Amino acid sequence: MAECVRLDSSTSSHTMDKSITLPPDEIFRNLENAKRFAIDIGGSLTKLAYYSTVQHKVAKVRSFDHATKEAASDKLYEISVQEEVTARLHFIKFENAYIETCLDFIKDHLVNTDTKVIKATGGGAHKFKELIERKLGLKVDKEDEMTCLIKGCNFVLRNIPHEAFVYAKHADSEFRFQTTQPDIFPYLLVNIGSGVSIVKVESEDKFERIGGSSIGGGTFWGLGALLTKTKRFDELLQLASKGQHTSVDMLVKDIYGGSYGSLGLTGDLIASSFGKSATADKEFSKEDMAKSLLHMISNDIGQLACLYAKLHNLSRVYFGGFFIRGHPVTMHTITYSINFFTKGEVQALFLRHEGYLGAIGAFLKGAEEDNPNQYSWGENYAGSSGLMSVSPDMNPMQRARSGTFDMLEMDRLERQLVNLPLLQDPSSYIPDTMDLTEDALAREYWLYCFEEALDGVVKRAVASQPDMPEAAQRAEKFRQKYRHKLQTLRQQPFAYGSLTVRSLLDTREHCLNEFNFPDPYSKIKQKENDMALKYYQKAVKSLEELSWEQRQFALVRGVLAGNVFDWGAKAVSDVLESDPEFGFEEAKRQLEERPWLVDSYDQWFERLKGPPHKCALFFVDNSGVDIILGVMPFVRELLSRGTEVVLASNSGPALNDVTNGELQILTERIAAMDPVIQAGLREDRLMLVQSGSSSPCLDLSRLDKVLAMVVRERQTDLVIIEGMGRAIHTNYYAMLSCESLKMAVIKNSWLADRLGGKLFSVVFKYEVPAGKPSQHSAALSPL
Amino acid sequence: MQLITIFSLTFPAFPWFGMDIGGTLVKLVYFEPVDITAEEEQEEVENLKSIRRYLTSNVAYGKTGVRDVHLELRNLTMCGRTGNLHFIRFPTQAMPRFIQMGHDKNFSSLHTTLCATGGGAYKFENDFRTMADLELLKLDELDCLIRGLLYVDRVSFNGHPEGYYFQNPSDTQSCVKMPCTLDNPFPMLLVNIGSGVSILAVYSENNYKRVTGTSLGGGTFLGLCCLLTGCETFEEALEMASKGDSTNVDKLVKDIYGGDYERFGLQGSAVASSFGHMMSKEKRDSISKEDLARATLVTITNNIGSIARMCAVNEKIERVVFVGNFLRINTVSTKLLAYAMDFWSKGQLRALFLEHEGYFGAVGALMELLKTTEDP
Repeated sequence: MAECVRLDSSTSSHTMDKSITLPPDEIFRNLENAKRFAIDIGGSLTKLAYYSTVQHKVAKVRSFDHATKEAASDKLYEISVQEEVTARLHFIKFENAYIETCLDFIKDHLVNTDTKVIKATGGGAHKFKELIERKLGLKVDKEDEMTCLIKGCNFVLRNIPHEAFVYAKHADSEFRFQTTQPDIFPYLLVNIGSGVSIVKVESEDKFERIGGSSIGGGTFWGLGALLTKTKRFDELLQLASKGQHTSVDMLVKDIYGGSYGSLGLTGDLIASSFGKSATADKEFSKEDMAKSLLHMISNDIGQLACLYAKLHNLSRVYFGGFFIRGHPVTMHTITYSINFFTKGEVQALFLRHEGYLGAIGAFLKGAEEDNPNQYSWGENYAGSSGLMSVSPDMNPMQRARSGTFDMLEMDRLERQLVNLPLLQDPSSYIPDTMDLTEDALAREYWLYCFEEALDGVVKRAVASQPDMPEAAQRAEKFRQKYRHKLQTLRQQPFAYGSLTVRSLLDTREHCLNEFNFPDPYSKIKQKENDMALKYYQKAVKSLEELSWEQRQFALVRGVLAGNVFDWGAKAVSDVLESDPEFGFEEAKRQLEERPWLVDSYDQWFERLKGPPHKCALFFVDNSGVDIILGVMPFVRELLSRGTEVVLASNSGPALNDVTNGELQILTERIAAMDPVIQAGLREDRLMLVQSGSSSPCLDLSRLDKVLAMVVRERQTDLVIIEGMGRAIHTNYYAMLSCESLKMAVIKNSWLADRLGGKLFSVVFKYEVPAGKPSQHSAALSPL
Repeated sequence: MQLITIFSLTFPAFPWFGMDIGGTLVKLVYFEPVDITAEEEQEEVENLKSIRRYLTSNVAYGKTGVRDVHLELRNLTMCGRTGNLHFIRFPTQAMPRFIQMGHDKNFSSLHTTLCATGGGAYKFENDFRTMADLELLKLDELDCLIRGLLYVDRVSFNGHPEGYYFQNPSDTQSCVKMPCTLDNPFPMLLVNIGSGVSILAVYSENNYKRVTGTSLGGGTFLGLCCLLTGCETFEEALEMASKGDSTNVDKLVKDIYGGDYERFGLQGSAVASSFGHMMSKEKRDSISKEDLARATLVTITNNIGSIARMCAVNEKIERVVFVGNFLRINTVSTKLLAYAMDFWSKGQLRALFLEHEGYFGAVGALMELLKTTEDP
C-alpha cells in the first residue's frame, strides 16, 4: 500500500537501516502514549504489538435548560465536541532486517516510560534479546510460543468478524469468509512452521498439543533448497506454482494404466511422491520438483490433520504458520488435501490475521491486568492494512509485500457486544444482504458510488467545523485516505473480510474519526430535529382524527415517508441539498402506491386486529422528520395498544442517524408535548437503549449487552427494523425467532433495479417465524 | 494309480506362477515341483523343462532380475504336489523385455493361466495379449496380499515362524529381533509399503477395508535419494543411509528449544523439522550424501509410522503389521517403526514384520491359480 513506507528490499539492509525514515503518523502511531510492548520475532518477520490510548474528538449533545433560558436560542440542544480517550491496540509487521531501525525509532518517540518489560515470543526472540534490551532499555520477558499463538487465535476469532475464511482458488471470490460463531470452541489449530504442531483448543485456557509432524515448512524449504538450488522460501513457492508434478510423481495411472476402480482411486492420484525420479538417466526441472514437493508436504499435513480431527471429533480446523501465511499456493494445496481426505466433511480454514497471532497472544499475556478479554474490540479499518497477498499475477502490489509494513489496529469498544437473543440461528446469521466480494457487478457499482459521494462528504465534514481553520486540511487527508481505501478494495475486495455496503460505510466512519470529524452531520441533524419537532403535535393531531383502520395505514406511510429524509443516500441528498423545503407531505406524495415492491401490509393489518404485542424492539434510523414525525407517532400507537417499546439507537454518530444521546433529548421534548409518550417514559414502558453500534447498518450479532438483556427481560415479541442501511443492506434476510417488521424506502436507483423495483419503491416486510402461528390467528382459533 | 489320475484332473497345468506387478518392482513366485514322476518327466514338453531349469539354476536373470534364495520355501505341498517356492523380483521397467521373453519362449503354448495382480496386471494386460499372445487372469492386489500373507504365515518359513517383532524397541542396545507367528491374526492393521503405502484394517481373510494410504513410500525414498545423492539403486541408497547421520540434516527439538519442549512433553532428541537444517546455506554446504540418504529414510519411515499409528488408534486395532519391499534389507526402518509404534503409543501398539516382506501379493496370485483345487 502506498501509504506505508515501501522499502526497496534489493538494497542491502545495512545501508538502508540508516537511511530510512519512518513517518510517525503512519507506522508507529500513538507511540507517545504507548505502553505494554510485545514482540514476536519469527524466521523472517517481526511483529510488534503495543497498547496506546487515543485521544479523539467525540460529538456530544446537551440539552439546554428550557425553563430558565428559553430565549437564548430556539435550538433544542447544544452540540459540543469533547476529547475522549479510548484504548487501541497496534500491531505492526515488518521484516527482521528493519528491526534495529524500528527499535531506534521507538526509543526516540516513546514518551511514556512506565513500561519496564517487553513480552517476547517466537523463534527469533532469543537472537534479538540483547539488542532489544540495549535499545529500548526494557527487560525481555519470554513467553511460550504456542500459548501466545492460541491466545492470539482466540482473540481474533472472538473479536474480528470475518476473521476466518475458506480458500477456493477457482471461485469468483478466492476468499469465502465465515460468519462469527457464537462459540468459537472447540477447534483444531494446525500450525505449520518448520515442523507441524496440531493443537486442540477447548476453551480460553485449555489447549493441548495432540500431535504433530516433522514434515513441515522447514522440510519444504530445506529439501526444496537442496533439490532446486533456490534459497528463498517465496521463490520456492513461485517455482512450485509453475511446475508440473506429474513428471516427478508416480500416479495411480502410471501403475494401473488408468484408475484403480474398485478402491475409487482415480488415475491422477499420486501413488508415490517422487516415484518417477528414482532413475539416473533423467533430468527434472526445478519447477516440477518444487511442485511435487509442495504436493507431498501439503497432502501429508492435510492427511494428519484429518486423522486428528477425526479422532477428536472436531470439524473446525484452522491452518497457520509461515508455510501458510497468506500464500495462495499453499492455501490451495492444503485445502485440496483436506477435501480429499475428508471427502468434503471438514473445511480447511485460514485466518486473516494469522501472522499476528503470536504477537497478539504475547501482548495479551502482558496485559492481563488490563483485562483485555473483558472488552469487545473492533478492527479499525482506517488504521489496518487488510489482507494483502493474492495471486501475484492478479495483484501488482504483491511483489512489494515483503518490503512493506503491515498494520492491524483494534479499538476497544466502550460496550460489550453480544448476539441479539432473538436471532433464529446465530451461527448462520449473516448481517449483509449482498456480498460484494463475490458479486463483481455490485462491487463495481458501490465502489463507484462511494467514490462519487466523497466530495460531498468532505464538504460536509468541513462545514461541520466552521470554527476550525485547519478543518479543510484534515478533510483533505480524510479524502486521500478513504479514496486510497476504495482503491485498495477495488484490487483486493477481501482485504477486510467480505466487502459489503456496511463495511464501506464503516470504513468511511473510521476514516472520518481518524481525522477528527466525529460527527459531520451534527449541525444538520440539529436543524432537522428542531424543524420536525415543530410539526409533531400537528402530525399527531391529524392522525388522531383518522379512523382506526385509516390510522394504521397512515402510521406506516408516515414511517416510510419519514425515512425518505436521508442524507446518507445519494439520490436523496441531492434533492435535499437543492431543495431544503422538501416537506414531509411531499415525501408522502412521492411514496409508491400500494401494492409496494414488497408488501405484506395486509398481514400486518390483520395482526393489529389481534392482541397487542408484549414488547416491540424498534431499531431507528435518521434524525429529524424520520424519528420525530415518522417513528414517534408509530411508537405512540404501539404504547396505546399496550405494547412496551424499546427504541434502539446508535451509540455513536453515523451519517444523519439519530444517536442515543440525541434521542434522549428529543424524547423528553416530545414527552413534554405528548401525554402518551410521557406516560410511557414514566411507567417505564418506553425505553431508550443504545445499540452499541456507530454504523449506519446493523449487525444483530454485535449488539450492546444491555440491550440484549432488556430484550430478554421484556420478552420482546416484535422487532421493527427501519431504513435502507438496517433493513435492506443488512438484515433483509435475517431470520428472527419472533415477529418482525422491516420497513424501508429504496433511495438508490441501482439497488431498486437490483430488487426489481424503481427509485422510492417501498419494502414492507412483515414476517412470522415458520411453525409459530401469529398470536392473532391463535386468538381467533377458539371462535 | 487312481490317485494320480485324480491329481492330473484337479491341479492346473504347470508351470505355476504368481505375479505381482507393482509400480517399481515385479514380484514373481514360481512353484518348482520336486515330485515329478518319470512318466511326467517324459511327457513334459521341452519348453517347460527349460523354464524350470532356467529359473532354478540361476539366482540372477539378465541385468536386473534377482532370485531371493534365502526366502525359498522348501518342500511345500500345494495342491497335493510337493515342491519349492521360489521368489524372484525384477524392476517394472523391465516388463517389456519380460513379455518379449514370454513370446520368444512360446509361453502361450503351455496352456497355463498367468495369474497377475498389482497395477501392472491392468497396465500390461494388452501388451501380454498382443506381444506374447497371453491372457492374464487379473486379480485385486489387496485380496492377493491378504491371502498370500495368511498362507505364508500358516505354512511357516521352512519350519521357522514367518513373523518377527523387536523386543525392547526403545533401547538400541537391548533391542532384539524375536520370531513370532500371527496366530489369531485378526484384527490387524496391515501397512503395505511399496512405492506408495496402503493401510488396511483386516478383520478376517475376506473382510477388510483400505483405511487410507500415503504417497510418501518406498518410491519417495528412492526417488528423493536419487535426486539428492545421485545414487541409482535401492541397495545403494540403503547402504548410504546406513552410514549417515540424519541429525546433521534434520532440526531437532533441542536445536530450537535448547532442550526438551517441556510444555508439550517433547524430547529434545525428537525431530522438529525434517530437513530443517537445510534451510541454511552453511549447513547445506557441509552435508554428506550419506547424511541426506539417512535423513530421507528416517523422514519417510517416521511419517509412515505416524500415519499408521493414527489409523490404529482411529480403528481401535492394536496389532500393526508392516510389509512391502521398502522393508527389504532395511533394518533401519523396521527398528524405527517398532520404536515409533511403541514409544508414541506408550507400549499399546506392537509392530510386527514378516520375512517375505514384499512377496505376499505374488503368493496370493499363485493361490488363486490353485484355488479351485486348494480346498476340498
